[in-house]
Amino acid sequence: MDFATALQILDSTVRLATPLLLACLAGLFSERAGIFDIGLEGKMLASAFFSAAVAAVTGSVWLGLSAGIAASLVMAAIHGAASISFRGNQLISGVAINFLAAGLTVVIAQTWFSQGGRTPSLIGAARFEPITLPLAETLHPLPILGPIYHELISGHTLPVYLAFALVPLSWWVLNRTRFGLRLRAVGENPEALDTAGVSVAATRYAAVAICGVLCGIAGAYLATALQAGFVKDMTAGRGFIALAALIFAKWRPWQAMGATLLFGLLQAIALRYQNIDLGGVVLPVQVMDALPYVLTVVILAGFVGRAIPPRAGGSPYIKER
Amino acid sequence: MREAMPKWADLVLIPLVSLVLAFALSALVILAIGEDPVAAVRMMVSGALGSTYGWGYTLYYATNFIFTGLAVAVAFQARLFNIGGEGQAMLGGLGVALICLSLPWPHWALALPAAALGAALFGAAWAAIPAWLQATRGSHVVITTIMFNFIAAAVLNYLLVNVMRPIGAMDPATAKFPPGTHLPSLHDLLAPFGFAFSRAAPANITFLIAIAACVLVWLILWRTRLGYEIRAYGHSEPAAIYAGIKPVRIVMAAMLISGALAGLMAVNNVMGEAERLVLNAVEGAGFIGIAVALMGRSHPFGVFLAALLFGFLYQGGAELALWTDIPREMIVVIQALVILFTGALDNMVRMPLERLFLALRRGRA
Repeated sequence: MDFATALQILDSTVRLATPLLLACLAGLFSERAGIFDIGLEGKMLASAFFSAAVAAVTGSVWLGLSAGIAASLVMAAIHGAASISFRGNQLISGVAINFLAAGLTVVIAQTWFSQGGRTPSLIGAARFEPITLPLAETLHPLPILGPIYHELISGHTLPVYLAFALVPLSWWVLNRTRFGLRLRAVGENPEALDTAGVSVAATRYAAVAICGVLCGIAGAYLATALQAGFVKDMTAGRGFIALAALIFAKWRPWQAMGATLLFGLLQAIALRYQNIDLGGVVLPVQVMDALPYVLTVVILAGFVGRAIPPRAGGSPYIKER
Repeated sequence: MREAMPKWADLVLIPLVSLVLAFALSALVILAIGEDPVAAVRMMVSGALGSTYGWGYTLYYATNFIFTGLAVAVAFQARLFNIGGEGQAMLGGLGVALICLSLPWPHWALALPAAALGAALFGAAWAAIPAWLQATRGSHVVITTIMFNFIAAAVLNYLLVNVMRPIGAMDPATAKFPPGTHLPSLHDLLAPFGFAFSRAAPANITFLIAIAACVLVWLILWRTRLGYEIRAYGHSEPAAIYAGIKPVRIVMAAMLISGALAGLMAVNNVMGEAERLVLNAVEGAGFIGIAVALMGRSHPFGVFLAALLFGFLYQGGAELALWTDIPREMIVVIQALVILFTGALDNMVRMPLERLFLALRRGRA
């Protein structure tokens, strides 16, 4: 494999890791606050459709992004109401969100556009365009570093840079702000937070809303940047890979970036090669498809470093009377 | 303290109210996309129940959902959430295919028990690893079974594309099963009684096996020591442990039974309908099992009724998609709303009803 091919695969890795990273950070905020979320997939899907639909009609990717985030927030609100106010089962609520999005997006797409559950293809200002970073052309002739800067670092769309900027930001919010401390406390020991006079429900709703916004960006990125329009079930399990990455990262932002880049790389390799010849042993493409899930099960099993979820995760908080 | 509500309200009224809410919202969605919900319901009823052809499809779908619903229900009884019915049913299909293709079966009566055993074993095996990880290492069974669904899809994809596909065939599927494995359809079964059931509908003898499975699951859960232990563990883990019940044994038993039931679905769709193993043979039935188990309150009889309802919705939905502009995905919306209201928003329905019953009782006293 030559240098140019490696760069192309890494470039594709960054593109494919972006929705995973956004969804993974979304899940991180929710789960660190004690709200399990297996509905990441559904929220992304809802956002992907509404962002593509609004962008297609208005011709503005920014209106599309706003609509996508709004749709994802509605889903997050349902999940929040079920998990926080009505103290329902968070896992079941997540399953319901996934199906609700899978069904509604196609039903509405068919009604609005009559194109078999897809939106029209997005062109021009209805999509996020690649951004050429300063000096990318000037530095291109430099050996090694020039092409890396030109191909790999420059030339991505805005949500890609946003996603990677959100990693240190999330770390800072979680570990260095009062809100972050409360958010982590509500996921580990909500009684303590309640005793301190902070509303458990409000903190959890805030976390679920952040999760909704980030899933919204992830879905909009899928439909308006990575691809040009919405097709049925276009998230294709990415919400679950993000969930896997979240466990892989043990619910921490920097590790989340590492895990999503790893899973993005696996997707990029699977996309480029059908079968991989490792000197006699041929790895079928399905191994790449299954690897993120297998790795996550291994991590969950605790054979390679144990993944321990937030202690109060999944259980509704009932205030003492 | 007495229960806030009489038992019948808990078992019948709450699911019913949840269902009404789910259907009301679905009707609003149909209105919103500019269709007539009343006409839609009429079309669904005539399409799914108006002919033996419609019934044949309704019962065929219901058979799938009984198995996956029972699978989720048994795990629920031990307070385990098995989302992996989809993957377990896929692997069940592999078991059925391997057995049907391995021998030149002379008669279905011999092939059926063997295939059912294969389906149950493969389904149980696919549930065994998540079960064991939950039981011994505390890995959350919800996450591991989700992961195993995707791993199952990859495994099946590999086997069908690279290994089991007949030479020269284009589509990723196994060869057609030998004729000796053809299961009698409801048409064949009812003909001797002079009842002309549709020849084209896929409902087959597996429907009777599904009913037997309901009875068997009821017997296991409520008439055996193991079933008692499973339910006790589901009610209160510390109490069960105090009573000497071994958690590892219960988690393994509940999940293996659950996986076997999900796997058994393959007898219906792979052996009874397609008569070969294709990619995506399960078509989401594993997930519908969640809605069915929630609505059926994890009781075999409830699961049976809920599966019939979802069978009706599936066949009715197909008819709708055929004759109106309402896409088939409308059923997925209804399914989501049923899961939402009967599962996640249970308290939203329960709290006001409890208050109502308390007020009534106070009024009487």
